[in-house]
Amino acid sequence: MARARTGVRALGAVLAAVLVASLAGCSSTGGKRAEDARKAQAAAGKAAVSTPRWTFSMVTHSGDGDTFWDIVQRGAEEAAAKDNINFLYSKSDEGQQQAQLVQTAIDKKVDGLIVTLAKPDAMKDVVKKAVAAGIPVITVNSGSEESKAFGALTHIGQNETVAGEAVGDELNQRDRKKAVCVLHEQGNVGHEQRCAGVKKTFDGEVENLYVEGTNMPDVQASIEAKLQTDRSIDAVVTLGAPFADTAVKAKRSAGSKAEVVTFDLNAKVAAAVKDGTLGFAVDQQPYLQGYEAVDLLWLYRYNADVLGGGLPVLTGPQIITQADAGALEDYTKRGTR
Amino acid sequence: MTAGAPPAGTGQAPAADERLLHTSFLRKLLGRPELGSVVGAAAVFLFFALVADSFLQASSFSTVLYASSTIGIMAVPVALLMIGGEFDLSAGVLVTSSALVSSMVSYQMTANVWVGVLVSLLVTLAIGVFNGVLLTRTELPSFIITLGTFLMLTGLNLGFTKLISGTVSTKSTADMEGFSSAKALFASEFTLGEVTVKVTILWWIGLVALATWILLRTRFGNWIYAVGGGADAARAVGVPVARTKILLYTGVAFAAWISGQHLLFSFDVVQSGEGVGNELIYIIAAVIGGCLITGGYGSAIGSAVGAFIFGMTSKGIVYAEWNPDWFKFFLGAMLLLATLLNAWVRKRAEATTR
Repeated sequence: MARARTGVRALGAVLAAVLVASLAGCSSTGGKRAEDARKAQAAAGKAAVSTPRWTFSMVTHSGDGDTFWDIVQRGAEEAAAKDNINFLYSKSDEGQQQAQLVQTAIDKKVDGLIVTLAKPDAMKDVVKKAVAAGIPVITVNSGSEESKAFGALTHIGQNETVAGEAVGDELNQRDRKKAVCVLHEQGNVGHEQRCAGVKKTFDGEVENLYVEGTNMPDVQASIEAKLQTDRSIDAVVTLGAPFADTAVKAKRSAGSKAEVVTFDLNAKVAAAVKDGTLGFAVDQQPYLQGYEAVDLLWLYRYNADVLGGGLPVLTGPQIITQADAGALEDYTKRGTR
Repeated sequence: MTAGAPPAGTGQAPAADERLLHTSFLRKLLGRPELGSVVGAAAVFLFFALVADSFLQASSFSTVLYASSTIGIMAVPVALLMIGGEFDLSAGVLVTSSALVSSMVSYQMTANVWVGVLVSLLVTLAIGVFNGVLLTRTELPSFIITLGTFLMLTGLNLGFTKLISGTVSTKSTADMEGFSSAKALFASEFTLGEVTVKVTILWWIGLVALATWILLRTRFGNWIYAVGGGADAARAVGVPVARTKILLYTGVAFAAWISGQHLLFSFDVVQSGEGVGNELIYIIAAVIGGCLITGGYGSAIGSAVGAFIFGMTSKGIVYAEWNPDWFKFFLGAMLLLATLLNAWVRKRAEATTR
């Protein structure tokens, strides 16, 4: 008993000390305060329209804690705030689970549905069901081939093969001879398409390297080993922003001269492209995918407008080189690029 | 009297064999492994009924039941295995393996899809037997053995699919002979009034009934409790320990085959990378349903209630319009609470029987 009480006291003392230290040792740069100031500068999210408060649901194939999907969600939420929409988000990286989540949206009788078709066959029946129930559906990010057949209004995203081809072209311009394409998610069709696209346009050789994306040290070790065993590799293509930084680390410890380029963007990638650590980045503007999906659903409900004329609305590829990176740095910091 | 429930001696004069004494209904109820989880399920149901408007619709209920059944089908044999004192960490990817084998055999041989279904049954059962035989021969812990199988299967799923189909998912078999009849058996649905009933729910109920009958009414059921309670003691009284454990792993494989075929015939195509992590969900369902992690105690009905709790939570959070980021937190909290409740109920039950 007595020992327990001293334990509590000690804990209290530690907490008090931490509190005092955090109040006294203020940083005059960066941190939460700078972020709050930035937020205050940004316009407060108030509805700009007087349409009824519709409910839109978005169901993606994202795993847990994915930066890319965070940005998509952010775009969707900001459009929802403007359009007076009650926005719901759910996700699962298992096809069966994702289909069940779409079913829950149908059960809730939402006014609009946004889905990703990374696993089109798992989503086929349930998306058709939603369309049959009179819910307007927009597909985003993946599934441009299937979107129309399933009865969706529009598909918003990047054609992964086209994006891969853009990377191949850019590598040609930089006189690269041998590239390795790092796939961090085995079983992702979009990733395979990206690497296939690179292979298609790149004049040199392309090798695929599969790594365990959920395990960063493993990713680094795998890339390192690859670069050590094959000295002729002069380009590393990563398929996600968080992996670019890891690839750069691997390149340094392997003592390789390869140029690292990446798909997608985050604050670190923007900074690295700006200072030349990374060759270039290919962005598919995830913010736009979320924002446009909500906004187009709103337009459809408000005015029966459909964008794209039956073809996918492309948000990428946008090649970002050293010249463009500076302008994007602030946007990546606030989490919208 | 069920094995697994504590012996019920009342305070009367020891006139007859204690096992033949009459026990009151309430006492019998308290001695059931699944009691705690039933209380938990009622609480979860009430909770979501209050916080989510759309949770109580008939259509929502069928979605929840379907979600529960996809977990529940696997939770039944996993619960039996855990009563038998063992683990199976390969159960999640085994479902995917089963679906992949079925799909690729049919497609590559251009055979009637039933050929693939049957070949898949044989392959899946063989993997189950492999787990069981390796366990009983090497006497390594099942945690290690099935962890190895789990990793190997994960790799085989990805590797073989890429090798044979050239992509990360199988080719569609939807236009092949026999597909519609196989779909009717594994992935059809029918409407009962307002509720859409998926056929997996029937499979689930059937498996629970079968497993309950095995546990409570057959010699093999007693063997399961015996090997889980203490393998050496069971061997000493003549229980075939090795055979029992191998059969339990085969049971898990059989359910994985059903789940795998359901995946294949509901989606036409199988993604090779899926299934990882689900094995823990089956174990969680069994544990919430009253299975002891040390073996020798639990029930099949409990595993069904555990799966139902899981289904309600995973979909209830969506109906309640909460951020899905919190789902895993709730699952963990639920697991702890359910297990504590189970332990408490069991203690009470043991106290009242003395």
